[in-house]
Amino acid sequence: MQFSIPHITVQDVIHFITIQRIMFAALGALTLGSALLVVTLKNIFHSLLFMALAFLGVAGIYLLLNADFIAAVQVLVYIGAITVLMMFALMLTQKLMSGKITQTMEQWILAAPISLGILVILFRILVLNNWSAADHIALTTPSMPTTPIIGNALLTKFVLPFELASVVLLVAMVGAIVLAKEDKSDGSS
Amino acid sequence: MVPLSWYLMLSAALFCIGVFGVLTRRNAIGILMGIELMLNASNINLVAFARFLHPAILTGQVFTVFVITVAAAEVAVGLAIVIAAYRNMHLVNVDEIDVMRW
Repeated sequence: MQFSIPHITVQDVIHFITIQRIMFAALGALTLGSALLVVTLKNIFHSLLFMALAFLGVAGIYLLLNADFIAAVQVLVYIGAITVLMMFALMLTQKLMSGKITQTMEQWILAAPISLGILVILFRILVLNNWSAADHIALTTPSMPTTPIIGNALLTKFVLPFELASVVLLVAMVGAIVLAKEDKSDGSS
Repeated sequence: MVPLSWYLMLSAALFCIGVFGVLTRRNAIGILMGIELMLNASNINLVAFARFLHPAILTGQVFTVFVITVAAAEVAVGLAIVIAAYRNMHLVNVDEIDVMRW
């Protein structure tokens, strides 16, 4: 038997699509603009603040992709932890970060063609492939809460990488403390 | 529905901006910021492919969690190295830290 489809007019569908695409364009512009400011601003503290904005835009992109858990983790870890950690490091090395010191190397003349070349190659590959079949898959799949699925996968199929990740975090924490600790021992300094 | 290729183009552009940042910054923390942008671009790719190719399994999102974990660890160690270099040599610009250059 046929399931009765709720009455959605073509105009409604087009309207919904348009809102999603407008959101994508706005978030993409926010992300790319902030990222460009991150790599070009003279004052590295300002570029760090714009990096937080770029991370926020990426979190919005995750929300557009129905990845609610990843979006929350993005805000918590990237904006809440990594940006603040970099802010601490910048303030500890503050003497060298005044706006007068030039922050970019002379080799940007070489770096711009390299990164632009990578961009052109990636876009060429993207255009050569046909991705519309994947669009159809996503269109016919309902959205669902992702947190239980990710949790199940982490504790069944990916339990070994999960434990390894915790070991990596522990080792990184201990290593960071050892590296950044003040050397109190006499002799070498 | 936003097509998959749009996400891939956004991610490619973000990756190239990160590459530019890594290549041009003198400050070591600026280089780390460029690396973070590149990792974010790869995360967008992973989440987009998880959404569009296997929407019920979400392996790509699990991988994104691992990438974020490794990024946090990398930033912690990198910033500790920067602070140690600043304390010992009073330098954070990578073109001036050349004590290991032959």
